Amino acid sequence: MDPDTMTDAGADSAHRAGRLAWPAERLRAKALEIRRDIVTLLAKAQSGHSGGPLSCADFGTALFFHELSVDPANPAWPERDFWHFSIGHVTPVIYSLMAERGYFPLRDLMKFRAFDGHLQGHPSCQDTPGIEVSSGSLGQGLSVCCGVAMAARLDDHPRRVYCVMGDGEQQEGQIWEAAMFAGHRRLDNLCGIVDYNRKQIDGDVEDICGIRPLADKWRAFRWNVIECDGHDLDAVLAAFAAARAHRGQPSVILAHTVMGRGVSFMADDYRWHGKPPKMPEAEQALAELGTSYAAWSARLLAGGADRDAAPSPDGVGP
Amino acid sequence: MSAAIALPAKVEKKKTREGFGRALVALGEADPRIVVLVGDLVESTMTSFFAERFPERFIEVGIAEQNMTGIAAGLAAMGKIPFLATYGAFATCRAADQLRVTVAYSDLNVKIGGAHGGISVGPDGATHQAMEEISIIRSLPNMSMVVPCDYWETYKATLAAARHQGPVYIRFGREDVPVVTAEDTPFTLGRGEVFAGGEDLTIVACGVMVYEALRARATLLASGIAARVVDLHTLKPLDVALLERCARETGAIVTAEEHQVNGGLGGAVAEAVVRAHPVPMEFVAVMDRFGQSGKPDELMDAFGLRARDIVVAAERALERKRKA
Ligand SMILES: Cc1ncc(C[n+]2csc(CCOP(=O)(O)OP(=O)(O)O)c2C)c(N)n1
Ligand SMILES: [Mg+2]
Repeated sequence: MDPDTMTDAGADSAHRAGRLAWPAERLRAKALEIRRDIVTLLAKAQSGHSGGPLSCADFGTALFFHELSVDPANPAWPERDFWHFSIGHVTPVIYSLMAERGYFPLRDLMKFRAFDGHLQGHPSCQDTPGIEVSSGSLGQGLSVCCGVAMAARLDDHPRRVYCVMGDGEQQEGQIWEAAMFAGHRRLDNLCGIVDYNRKQIDGDVEDICGIRPLADKWRAFRWNVIECDGHDLDAVLAAFAAARAHRGQPSVILAHTVMGRGVSFMADDYRWHGKPPKMPEAEQALAELGTSYAAWSARLLAGGADRDAAPSPDGVGP
Repeated sequence: MSAAIALPAKVEKKKTREGFGRALVALGEADPRIVVLVGDLVESTMTSFFAERFPERFIEVGIAEQNMTGIAAGLAAMGKIPFLATYGAFATCRAADQLRVTVAYSDLNVKIGGAHGGISVGPDGATHQAMEEISIIRSLPNMSMVVPCDYWETYKATLAAARHQGPVYIRFGREDVPVVTAEDTPFTLGRGEVFAGGEDLTIVACGVMVYEALRARATLLASGIAARVVDLHTLKPLDVALLERCARETGAIVTAEEHQVNGGLGGAVAEAVVRAHPVPMEFVAVMDRFGQSGKPDELMDAFGLRARDIVVAAERALERKRKA
């Protein structure tokens, strides 16, 4: 489809075509698989971050399997929504979501951070199809998303823009420069999501350099603030709907989460921010998640025959 | 006067950043003006030792490198000796303007510990593999810069940075690296050290490449080539007199660094040699490309940062010297 020749109505319906809009029940099942993927690929790589990816798993699944309009078979589909993780270190959840959604084969997850794979430790648009802009240095993503939102406005394009940030990341000054810009410009096609897990590398966010009251800060920068339990998929869907409906201001969803959520010994413990589970730990984690390393790595290596293939909006694709 | 450094028979390995962390404690004991700042990377920068010993003089800034650089400047303006620590990528690139105007232009006594320099950072990939620090820091007036080769040299460089009046950048790596120097090996800020003698060519190295240079020397010796090995730990101010002497006496130079080829150690040495006594030069470095994820050893091999790469470069340099 050529965006230049499309009418507004045409653009809007084409835009919506790439949305899965799965119900909460189905998202819950997928989020469990995402967690299994995360633990398995980390155990294989023996390098990478566990805590943040697990706290992002539920709202991340809602974003990819309900909210976003994308065509994984054609990542450059002109009608697509734009999504960006400003917290580049959560690649385990990003790559799991991408593979499960069909951007690349599930088996690729088993080469996370490997020299001969395409899944870099931090997202690289030069290596991985579907990554739009590389990230990994914190605090820069919201500015990029402001630029994308401005481009959509200039082109009168229905694209929505989603930016996932960390709560520790809120300490970076550039976040607030971007926040001020988006508030000033009333970028209502922009939706921020903060993974509010209250932890960062060195400990509790409030002990290191407190960000409270976070909702008031975003409100003061002229944003529409929506708070929700980031693990309650009904609440997350309601938050996305509210953000979508809001006009005249950008929206930010403060998703209250638990670092390491879903694995008992990782939950709410900052020491799991940046390390992978050793193999016995991974086995325990995967047992808690209802599978085993052998079973789940075999599923990934098989390339995901049992993956729910999503129809492509263009009629091409997986 | 220089120490002869032999290739250790049995290689002991230690992290350079541990030398930084231990030296900070020694400094803290001796001088109440020492203050340490960190940007949410206590363990990675090994500032944890100082944090435990001197909690009142330890400032956790959070993830805000530009702010941290400014705070360090303010502390220095009031007579403190602040050491800030984060990954080198963020210490240099993220806070470049703060370093340039607030720290360097004002010539403030700020010390910067840049961790995770080089491709050997490994699986974290390109964003975290700092390989531009030498070019950036070297181009700022008033700055000094040290790239130590091992644990002991990092320890001594940290002590020397505190004694020096003015901003100093110290670069260290992530991995355990061979300890080639000893506690009593001489170290003077601004002076290179001849670690091994030789008259056929000079290998000038910094950081972990000093060990690779010593290994390359052993290989070259086996084919009758005597390479001099210079540990050029201080990139700024540069030991121009030593470099001129090496150019005159050996007639060919190979530089070796775990850093981008543009503007790094090789560039600094070339600038000095070209002015003083031009000789054929070859460069072992990262050839103008970003890093990638992989195991440290795998990456050192793939990016051509091994003793064998120095040997090949040395043979090229000797060939050109013969023809000249
Ligand atoms: C500019 C910059 N500074 C420091 C880092 C190192 N770093 C990576 S993740 C992280 C903590 C992030 O905290 P948060 O946003 O809360 O993410 P979480 O730990 O919850 O996953 C830090 C300091 C970085 N990647 N970029
Ligand atoms: Mg956090």
